[in-house]
Amino acid sequence: MAKTLFQKVWEAHTVRKLPNGQTQLFIGTHLIHEVTSPQAFGMLRDLGLKVKFPQRTFATVDHIVPTNELKEPYSDPIAQEMIEALRKNTKDYGIRFFDTTTGTQGIVHMVGPEQGITQPGTTIACGDSHTATHGAFGAIAFGIGTTQVRDVLATQTLALSPLKVRRIEVNGKLAPGVYAKDVILHIIRVLGVNGGIGYAYEYAGTTFDGFSLEERMTVCNMSIEGGARCGYVNPDQKTFDYIKGKPFAPKAADWDAAVARWASFASDPGCQYDDVKPFKAEDIRPTVTWGITPGQAVFIDEKMPALETLNAADRQTAEDAYAHMKLAPNTPIKGTKVDVCFLGSCTNGRISDLREVAKYLKGRKVSPSVKAIVVPGSQLTAIQAVHEGLDKIYIEAGFEWRGAGCSMCLAMNPDKLVGDQLCASSSNRNFKGRQGSQTGRTVLMSPLMVAAAAITGVVSDAREVFKV
Amino acid sequence: MSLAQITQVKALALAVPGDDIDTDRIIPARFLRCVTFDGLGEHAFRDERTGPDGKERAHPMNSAQAARIAAAKQGVMVVGFNFGCGSSREHAPQSLWRFGFTAFVGGSFAEIFFGNSTTLGVPCLTLSKEDLAECDAFVRANPNVEVTVDVANLTVSAGAKSWKADIAASARDGLVNGKWDPIADLLEGADSVAKTAGGLAYVAGK
Ligand code: SF4
Repeated sequence: MAKTLFQKVWEAHTVRKLPNGQTQLFIGTHLIHEVTSPQAFGMLRDLGLKVKFPQRTFATVDHIVPTNELKEPYSDPIAQEMIEALRKNTKDYGIRFFDTTTGTQGIVHMVGPEQGITQPGTTIACGDSHTATHGAFGAIAFGIGTTQVRDVLATQTLALSPLKVRRIEVNGKLAPGVYAKDVILHIIRVLGVNGGIGYAYEYAGTTFDGFSLEERMTVCNMSIEGGARCGYVNPDQKTFDYIKGKPFAPKAADWDAAVARWASFASDPGCQYDDVKPFKAEDIRPTVTWGITPGQAVFIDEKMPALETLNAADRQTAEDAYAHMKLAPNTPIKGTKVDVCFLGSCTNGRISDLREVAKYLKGRKVSPSVKAIVVPGSQLTAIQAVHEGLDKIYIEAGFEWRGAGCSMCLAMNPDKLVGDQLCASSSNRNFKGRQGSQTGRTVLMSPLMVAAAAITGVVSDAREVFKV
Repeated sequence: MSLAQITQVKALALAVPGDDIDTDRIIPARFLRCVTFDGLGEHAFRDERTGPDGKERAHPMNSAQAARIAAAKQGVMVVGFNFGCGSSREHAPQSLWRFGFTAFVGGSFAEIFFGNSTTLGVPCLTLSKEDLAECDAFVRANPNVEVTVDVANLTVSAGAKSWKADIAASARDGLVNGKWDPIADLLEGADSVAKTAGGLAYVAGK
């Protein structure tokens, strides 16, 4: 019978059926970070349990690391305590830790792919909702809670119920200046922030075939913003090429077998989906959010919605959003004053993002009214960018060049908005207070759109600013 | 490990309206700077409850009703649709539970929030849109009437009213049988786990 990748991976990892009807699913790869793991280790100790497969658990530190002070102890004693707790836990239990001193630290969803830990046909779990990022490689990757982190540490399994699979098919070629970020913002806008509840999203079609792995990661990353717990792209030659040679990739003797195995996990032609949603790449334009959920978005050249055009439930959220954002319905978002520009995060903090923006940034200057920061998602990305001289282009243009981490994506470190500052951000969430100030405002967009806003000081169409 | 059988929760209720309430709103990120869940209860909905000027805002969580629930360490929160979306932080249900909420009734719940709550032994039941509106109105109009969240019989009732409720079968089963924390079951499967792991080349690094 023809099967989806989701079904094949699920079957290969099913341990048994649990008394309550759920599946005990083997989790081949467990990624942990400093925010959602300490309590899990605490529970493990309370129960007197060990880590079952320490060699299948990998740790990094990302959320609390300051990106402008590299020396410890950090000025925030709690941040210091959290990193030390992770050092102790990983040491006590024999877990590999990509620490800040190793040159390999970074946002957890960047470290897995960079190290070749993220592989097709595998199951991955992490106490972080953006774990779906790893689905770009054809893995089934779940964001989990802290008690589930404990479950995986203690048993390398989770109690889960299978998901339905929705194929999201995007065909065609994106117009210049339109990016993977616009694709996923558009999908969420159309299907809604809770449209994906109960589903895994399979992203497919010629647009995805043409995407690099980094572009696929940008899309899979934001599956959760559409309500889907995981999202994936079927593995292909690009996937295998990306993994080849990475530190944890299968070695020479095992490589061919691994590739054959990986390829076999791709969804079979003619398999049944629970739902299919088609999109045309040509219909997608640069997209920005105007509200407080990622689904409240418009094309840059559109007006924000008039309240009368919305149904009752959307209207209530929209009223709340307009009040928080200090924006007016039925007006263009283009031209809205911007105070801060943030380029980074596990959505768009990769080397291809930094390269693409740098291409256009040369010779341009950040508006004096804007604070612009660029935060590479990982140390390896930062090292590569410096090697290519990209840091100089950013600094020259007036960006602050920072160390690796989550930074202003959620502002658990010192990078925070102040008061009602408005931030043009390449991250994934525009929730109230997300960027560290209760009244702070976030407008999500692609990296190049962030750069355009930095230069003009207002929300802008990058295609015009950079003559794309 | 023996756990309580959670067949029903009977307690005072508080309506916290709105759809798509994300976990950043339930517990802002700065309170995630911690290595235990202790003390999270007092920060539930912190930035909704307190303005940037440090003054209390009008919010259901600042009401006398919320205070009664906090004192009783028992309460039902009546919410909207897609409650608990966004970040996977278990700190969100932990903070509400530590505040005093022992059950949720809403239109729908984000999956990770639902799972996190269930493993805490906190049932999340859903009602139809119409019934939820009625329940919400009832709770506001009758703050002294206890609401019964009946997990075993899948109803939510208060006074003379009763609404048909729903919850994933596996969660219901776990709650009513005192097996809402799956760890015991998961540990029991150790032999089968080894077998599954043995069949996966990548687990051995290949
Ligand atoms: S970059 Fe943002 S979304 Fe990604 S893991 Fe860090 S905090 Fe979460």
